[in-house]
Parts: sequence; structure tokens; C-alpha cells
Amino acid sequence: MENKSILVVGGGISGITAAVEAAEVGCQVFLVEKNAYLGGKVTQINEYFPKMCPPNCGLEINFQRIKKNPKITVLTLAEVENISGAAGNFDVNIKLNPRYVQDQCTACQECVEVCTTERANDFNFGVDNTKAIYLPHPFAFPMKYVVDIDAFKGNEAAELAAACKHDLIDLEMEATTMKVNVGAIIWATGWSSYDIKNLSNYGGGRFENAISNIMMERLAAITGPTGGKILRPSDDGEPQNIAFVQCAGSRDEHHQKACSSVCCMATLKQVNYIRKQYPDAKITIYFMDIRAMGKHEDYYQQVLEKNVKLIKGKPSEIKEDATSKNLLVLSEDQFTQEIATLEYDLLVLATGMEPATAADNIPVEFKYDVDGFAINGVTTPGIYAAGCTRKPGDVASSVQDATAAVLKAIQSTTGRGGEHE
Amino acid sequence: MSKKIGVYICTGCGIEDVMDIDVLEEAADDNGAKVCQTNSFLCGSEGVEMIQKDLDEAGIDTVVIAACSGRVNHDVFNFGSDKIVERANIREQVAWVHEADEPDDDEENHTALHAADVITMAITKVKDMKLVEPYQAENVSKTILIVGGGMAGLTATLEAAKAGYQTVLVEKEANLGGWLNKLHKLTPLGAPYTGLVDPDVDARVKELEEHPNVTIHTAAKIKKTIGAPGMFDVVIAAGNEIIERAGAVILASGATPVAAEKLSHLGYGQHKNVITHLELEAMAKNGKITRPSDRQEVKKIAFIQCAGSRDQERLPYCSASCCIDSLKQAIYLSELHPEAMVYIFYKDIRASGVYEHFYKEAQAAGTVFIKGDITSMNEASDTTLTLEAEDIVLGGKAGLDEVDLVVLATGMVPTTAYGTVANAEADDASDGEEEAPQDAIVASDILNLDYRQGSELPTLKYGFPDSHFICFPYETRRTGIYATGSVRAPMDMAKAVTDATGAALKAIQCVEATAAGAACHPRSGDLSYPEINLKRCTQCKRCTEECPFGAINEDEKTNPLMNPTRCRRCGTCMGACPERVISFKNYSVTMIGKMIKEIEMPEEDEEKPRILILACENDAVPALDMAGINRLKYNPWVRVISVRCLGSLNLVWIADAMGMGYDGILLIGCKHGEDYQCHFMKGSELAEIRLSKVSETLDRLGLESERVRTVEVNIMDYMEIPKILDDFAEELEELGPNPMKDFA
Repeated sequence: MENKSILVVGGGISGITAAVEAAEVGCQVFLVEKNAYLGGKVTQINEYFPKMCPPNCGLEINFQRIKKNPKITVLTLAEVENISGAAGNFDVNIKLNPRYVQDQCTACQECVEVCTTERANDFNFGVDNTKAIYLPHPFAFPMKYVVDIDAFKGNEAAELAAACKHDLIDLEMEATTMKVNVGAIIWATGWSSYDIKNLSNYGGGRFENAISNIMMERLAAITGPTGGKILRPSDDGEPQNIAFVQCAGSRDEHHQKACSSVCCMATLKQVNYIRKQYPDAKITIYFMDIRAMGKHEDYYQQVLEKNVKLIKGKPSEIKEDATSKNLLVLSEDQFTQEIATLEYDLLVLATGMEPATAADNIPVEFKYDVDGFAINGVTTPGIYAAGCTRKPGDVASSVQDATAAVLKAIQSTTGRGGEHE
Repeated sequence: MSKKIGVYICTGCGIEDVMDIDVLEEAADDNGAKVCQTNSFLCGSEGVEMIQKDLDEAGIDTVVIAACSGRVNHDVFNFGSDKIVERANIREQVAWVHEADEPDDDEENHTALHAADVITMAITKVKDMKLVEPYQAENVSKTILIVGGGMAGLTATLEAAKAGYQTVLVEKEANLGGWLNKLHKLTPLGAPYTGLVDPDVDARVKELEEHPNVTIHTAAKIKKTIGAPGMFDVVIAAGNEIIERAGAVILASGATPVAAEKLSHLGYGQHKNVITHLELEAMAKNGKITRPSDRQEVKKIAFIQCAGSRDQERLPYCSASCCIDSLKQAIYLSELHPEAMVYIFYKDIRASGVYEHFYKEAQAAGTVFIKGDITSMNEASDTTLTLEAEDIVLGGKAGLDEVDLVVLATGMVPTTAYGTVANAEADDASDGEEEAPQDAIVASDILNLDYRQGSELPTLKYGFPDSHFICFPYETRRTGIYATGSVRAPMDMAKAVTDATGAALKAIQCVEATAAGAACHPRSGDLSYPEINLKRCTQCKRCTEECPFGAINEDEKTNPLMNPTRCRRCGTCMGACPERVISFKNYSVTMIGKMIKEIEMPEEDEEKPRILILACENDAVPALDMAGINRLKYNPWVRVISVRCLGSLNLVWIADAMGMGYDGILLIGCKHGEDYQCHFMKGSELAEIRLSKVSETLDRLGLESERVRTVEVNIMDYMEIPKILDDFAEELEELGPNPMKDFA
């Protein structure tokens, strides 16, 4: 018998979309996410362009769809270990890592008040700390605490376990393996921000005030380390002269060869974040082409009216002033044909998307392009890469792509005959 | 048969630390609960078993969980679809946001009183709730009808057919293929995104023609689309008249190039050797690219990007595919005419994402790229042109003489943009009151919907169909009709293929949901639907006008005709109805009205104000919950009722609440306007308009209209919640108690 269930790997916007869209057609879905929460990268984004609306709003609808749909099994802290079989009949081993807190957790927070151990907050890229028992972020779904077992020293952990009045903290919890049999697999593990440490001519991530665009999202977000106030990392000062460097590590033979398609709009959006907080700040954008596709052109035109200086050029070198921690950017300006070193107090490197499959491949034979994006339809029928696993894209493109992947997955599980009236 | 209600109060998570649970139990008793039990860990297995035991042994059939928000532990309190379960949120919205009551003080026990009222309201609500039964439409079809046989339409048809669904493809031209018929080559459709693709129309069409699930009508026009999801009757004129019954429709009617008069500033129509993208494509297809003026071979070709696009006077937007179309043409020119020089004048090369590889390919083919606007174009002779442009990259001017051919990279206009803006017919309700703003519906003569609000999809900007284009790009304002391809948004061919595949899935989902009697997005799976008591309907038509989804038509007696399968279940019709004759089995004007009225209203001299909050469940309620999760503190005078959408606000609730003695009313909903966030597009806006209508009445009654307000809150505004609620309470205090209080 053909198996109509679908495994979705990756619980970001693409994976969530694939899961709910498939379940709402009637498929049984297993949604596997390696983090302790769903939402992936979009949970770390402050606002979506061009509407400047919060990602948590769209996620809330999707979480409601998940909550109401018994056909979806959500597995967090989960990883696919291996896949065997073929389209219509895949056997998959899923490793379920321990949360150290049982599912009945009420998120009452009493344990957090007792816990004295802290850990670097990976949700905010380690800029601030959380307690060692923590909610990954305020909107975390599922809303259950999780323990960072490695953060504890001595018998701190044991003391913490006693803090739960329902005895739900279980530090002895071990990873388990779950086996599922599914008809098709959608791989949507998304992207990582291209690591600025790879950009040695830009300071290689050594300069505190040269941040990535995704860090800017955290600085602007109310759930971020500064409570939404954009401050420069070195001294928590209010930046007054900010530059964005587009295509940092993108469209570059030595780094990501492709364009990531979202960084232009992301920067224009971040200009708005800054303008809102610092109406008089100087803002400069170093760019190659501004790729505000389609109706996003309107947004670009609106941003241009906000006193933004555009420099056409890709900086060749960035240095840091040791005292002020300001950044010195050497670049040609093709508009003026001048080469100049200009000083900024905060620099945003608009880095692109590196597919997560570059580090964690799909554990079957699969083909990838020069930047590591997965190519569908070449090997292993029944497995479909979707969203930023397949190509870089914004939220709308990822939703589109994930929805399309569901149909391909359904086709591969139902056969090709006319079974509906 | 009256319900046997069990109330289960959780005392954990700090609830019993801040209030006297006895007060809550009294509220349950006073409101007729058959059973009321407490547990310090209600969501634990012991608590759930306690409830299950009552269901099994004590005959309880209706459950009120007075504990945490319904947004958490959603899967714990599930006792089967035959049991009504209501959550009374006394944790996030009471215990965690108010100060602890002093023990044994039954005068100043504000937190307990709030929790008691939350329980009272929940019991009142469930008393009025009925179990939902799915709407079973008759002769439901699962066929998908696709309008337009270009790349998007062909793809949608094939993909739906391959999934096992019957499809009907309607194409206005005699042949399928749309623009594919006119193209020499396509831009890359897949990795490595460097090679040109053959349009392969014949093979694509053949695959469809041979597919057993596909019916094709060519030279066909849709005269009328009657009905609703699951039962659209599409009247097609194709020589004779055919009626196809379909469950869902995919609109893939595409886009057309911008009109020639929008290109005259670039010499089009003046110089023979200035042609468009598409004209070059036609020449290439015929195997010979020559100068139109004398049919001589071309040696120097200049492309002008954004011809008429990114231009406030012409097409303000970018068409998203013209850059890569020019790259494609530059590449095939270099193959067909290896000696020819190709120049591309551009603003930005928008070879977005993986098309960067394609840009590289065009560079490798020897194309010269010049960033700058054309400043002049002159005929140097009968056969060549001289161009002058800014050269931003090298500085100064770029002059180009002896140009044989200028190719304009023209933008696309969606087929839905052509036609007069024909709004729903204006009715006689024009009595000077502020009316709901009408949707922009362009009579583009494509779907010819038999919908009272207009014949096509409501548009948002530039003629593209309105949708939540970031999170839910496929959902148009007409349920079961999914726009895809370049009619939905400017896009390239590869994107159109993906987009159409996704649209096919959405259409399949719609027919399956409709067959099961369930709602589509965003209340997917909801089995409730609005019912009208026509006996009391006065035919005021407000419901038919205000429904954001055009769900309500008119029957032959001009009564409103509900099309439940078009409905998204927001309740806007219910809110619009002055006679209060529209209701859902589990959501009605009466139900919310009773919830408002059933709470204990303190006397004026008790100095315990009461503020009614009607909060949208989509963003405002989560924001209130988040305030609780962050343990922010605000006044205990507020009484929150969650609504499906502020659009379901019925003004009688305002009258009820004011008459009852509430000191103020706050309506919390989503942002509206151009960048609206309202999940039902217009609900929050309609609520505000309705409210503006009562302000005057309130003033006339001597009730300050400032007592009733709306505020826009999004899910991330939770830090602001205490300020919003406390500022309002303070202002109400200045106004003094509601003068109606002691008459209630």
C-alpha cells in the first residue's frame, strides 16, 4: 500500500508551510526541527519587508493551524539520522535529543527564578545570556522550557531539578530514536547567515561594530538583547553614522557565488529601523545593484526619500580605529569615480544565505549547485528540497516553493492515476 | 436539553497565590455549573483524568477550563469533537498581570473578581454554544478549473492532473501556450541557471492533451462564473456554450507587455529600428535578426532596460523578469551573430538570486553593460541610430553610434489591470454616514464572477489581486480562486512554474476542505459557518457589502444569499447586521451580548470600574497573553472578550455594555490601511467605521463618546499593553463613572 504521509525536515517558514499545507490536504505529517522551537530564522527577524509587520503574526496563524490539525506531529530537538527506501516507502530514523524538561511543562517560570546558572543566548547570537533553563524566546512554540545541560557546574543542576513543583525537570533524560515510514520527504532546513568570519578583508568578524544584517535584526527586535534599541556593540552607544555593505560574501567568486536575493530589501528595511530610532543619523549603502524586485520597487523609492547616501562600489578593505572602534571603509564610489576611506560608527555587512545543507547534507545521494543549494529531480525521487534549501529567497518565495513541494510530494505518494472524481 | 457544565479551575502556576479560589468556585456555582473542581496541576495527567472521569461518570458534556491561555496546552484538553471545551484564561490574563489580592479581604479582591468574571463569561458562552456540524454542499466537485494556458496555466493543469484531480483548462486563444508560442528561448528554469531553454510548446501541450485527467477548451472565454467553491458553474463560450462544474479556480491569465504609447519617449514608434523584447523574440524565432529599416544584418545592438518601468509616469514597479530576458537575448544574439556587439543600458541588473550565474554567462558572452539612463537617441542615417547615455560607472557620457537595433526591455501589466474600475453597485444607504470603502475591482472580463461585490478579484495595487502577499501569497479575496504566475505578481518563468505548482496544491486543498464542509485559510478546518434568519432580515444589504470575501450574494427576492463555501468565518457579516440575524453555531451576537451582561457589575460607590475589551483573537489576544508571560502588570478593571475579528463587532454590544454600566470599551484590533495586517483584510477597518457611527449617538445620550475607543495592536506590542490599558483606565477615571451604572 502506498504511504501518503510526508516527512518535513526543518521547522522554519518553509517547513511549517509545507507541513500545514500538506496536512490541510489530508496528509499525515511529521515535522522535524532541530531547535527546541519552530519558526527558524524568521523568529529572529524583527519585521518583514515591505509591510513592516512582525513575523510572529504570520507564525501565530501557522501555529494555530498546527494546533488545530491532529494530522501534524511536531518533533522539536529532532534530527534525521538516516533515510532508506524509496519514494512511497521511506524508512527514516529520527534522533530526539533530550529537552531535560518533560512535555507537561507549564512554562510557569518558577525554575527560572531559582536557576542561577547562565548560558550564552544563541537566539541573540550570544550577545546576552539566559538562564540555563530557558524558554528559547518569548514566542517559542511549543512553549516549553529547555535545559542547556552543558552550562551547569558542580551540583547546580541537581538543585535546579528540585525547583519544579511538578517534578518535570529530568536531567537523566537521554536521546531516543524514533522510526517513521513515510511516502515522501520535503527537505527544508533553510539557511545560515554567511559567516562574516570568512570575510578577512572586512575584518573577519573581529571588529565589534561590524555586524551582520541578521544581528541588526536582533538589535532592532523588542525580543533582542537591547530590547529593540539599536546600539553599537562596542560601547552601547547610539550610532549616528551607519553604513551597509551589500553583497558581503555574495556575488563573489571567493565566497557565495549567487546573489541571495533578499539582502537588498533587508537593508532597505533596516534603513527604516534606523530612521525610526535615529531620524538624523547618516546612512550610507555600498551596493552593486539594488535588487528590489517587482512591486518592492515602491519600497526602494520610499527609502530613497529618507536621506540615504548610495555609493556604488564594493569596499575592498575595512579597518578599525583602535580607539574609537569606528570602522574605516576603503572603497571606490563609481558615481564619482573617487576612491576614499570613510569612517562609520556602525557597519552592517549585508551577508547572504548559505544553505544549511552545506554543513548538513541530506543523508541520501542528492545533487547540489556551486553554492550548495540542493537540486531537485536529479537523484532520489520522492525527496524534495524546498525554500532556501533549494535557492535563496524571501519569505513569500519560500512559502510559494514549500507549497509547490507539497504537491510534488503528494504526487510521488499517490501515484499518477485519476483517483479523484 | 440544557448542558451539563463542568468547571475545572487550575490553582497552579501562581494562580492561587494571588487570589482566593473560593470566589472563583462561587462564580461557577452561581452560573449553574453542575460540577466545579480544582486542581493544582490541571494539565497534568491527574487533572485531565479528573475531568475525563466527570465526562464519563457525572454526565458532564461541556467543559470550562479555568486555567492558562488556550494558546498553550492545546492538545491536553481535548475530549473529543462531541464535547464543547472552552478555555477561561485566568493565568496569562489575570493571575500574571495583576497584583496579588490581600488574603481574607473580600472588599479589595480585584484579581479574584476578575478571574470570577472570566469564568462567568466562559460559562455564559458555552451555554449558548452549539456543536458545529459541517456545511454539506450538494454535488460537490473536486475538479480544478484553470484560466489561461500559458506557462503558469499549463503547469498548474498538469500538476493538479498528476496528483489525480480532474482539470479543465480554458484558454482564450486557439492554441495553448500563451507567450511561450512567441518566444525563441526561455530563461533558465533550473540549476545551473546558465543555459537557455527551448519553449517546447508542442511537447508541453501534448503531455496535457494525452493526460486522462485534463479537459481543454481553446478559443474559449468565460462568460460567467456562478456559484462558490465546490460548486462553481463556469459558463464557457467556445463556439457553443459549455458549463463546467469545478471545485476551485486557478487564475493564470498572465500579463501583457506595457502599451506602446508608454514607450514613445524611447523612440518606439518613431524610429523603425527601435523594437521591443517581444519583437526581437519573434525575429529570433524566425531564425533571422535584421534591422527593420532595411532588413540588413545587425552588427550593433543596444538594449534599454526598464523601458517604461520603474517610472512614476508609466509603470512604477519593476517587472522582475526583463533583466534576465535581456541577458537571454544577449546570449542568443552572441550565438546567432558572433560578430555583433551587444550593449545593455541599465539602472540595476536585477538578475536576482541564482540568476547571478546567468548574468555571469552574459558577461562571458561579451555583452557590454552600461549603467545609465539614455539621454538622447537620434537617427544617424536611415538605418542606424546614435545613442547617448550617462555612464555612471566610468563617468561622463557614453556615446554609441551606428546602432542597428535598439531593443526595449518592456515591463508587464497583469491582465487583471485592464478595464474600468467597477465597484459593487452603490446602494441607497447613502444617508451621509461614513461608508465602508469599496474595493477596487477592475472589470477585466476574465472570470466574470457572479458575485454581488463585483465581477473579478479585488485588487491591491497596479491591478494585481489583493492578498497577504508575504505570509499567504496565494490567498486572494475570493475563496477558492487562486491567482498564479504573472497575473499575481511580476515574475520570471521559473518562478511561474513553482508558483503554479503551489497554486494547484492550494486549489486541491480547497476542494478537499469544501467537500469535508470545512473552512479554508485562515480558519482552516473550522466547521462553523454563518446562518441567516431571513424572517427578520430587512434587506439592508450591509452583510452583502461588507463581507471582505464577497461571500454573500442576493437571491431573486433580494434577500442575502449566503455562500458558506466562499466564507472565511470571520463574522464580519454578523457584525454588520443591524437586525442581528446572522450567527454561527458557536459564535453569535447574542452569545457575546450575554457574556457582556452576565458579569457582576459593581455599584458606582464601590469604585470598581469595569472596562470592556473586545480583542481580536489573532493578534490582540496573543499580545495580551504575551504581556502576561512577561509578567507585566495592569489594572484589574478590564474584562476581555476575544472575538474572531474586530469585523464581527456588532454595535449592539456597545449599547449593551454602556447600558450595563461599563465605564469604557476598548476595541483592540489589527492594523488597517495599505499595509493592513487584519487577517480578514478589512475587519478592523470596518469596526472603526461602525464605531464612528455610534459616537454621535453616545454623545446625544450624554455618554461621552471617549468612553469607546479602538486601538491597533500587533502581536509584538505586548510591552505597550499595560500603558494602553492603564492610560485608558485613567482617562475613564477622569470622566467619572458611567452614569448608566446604577440604572442597570
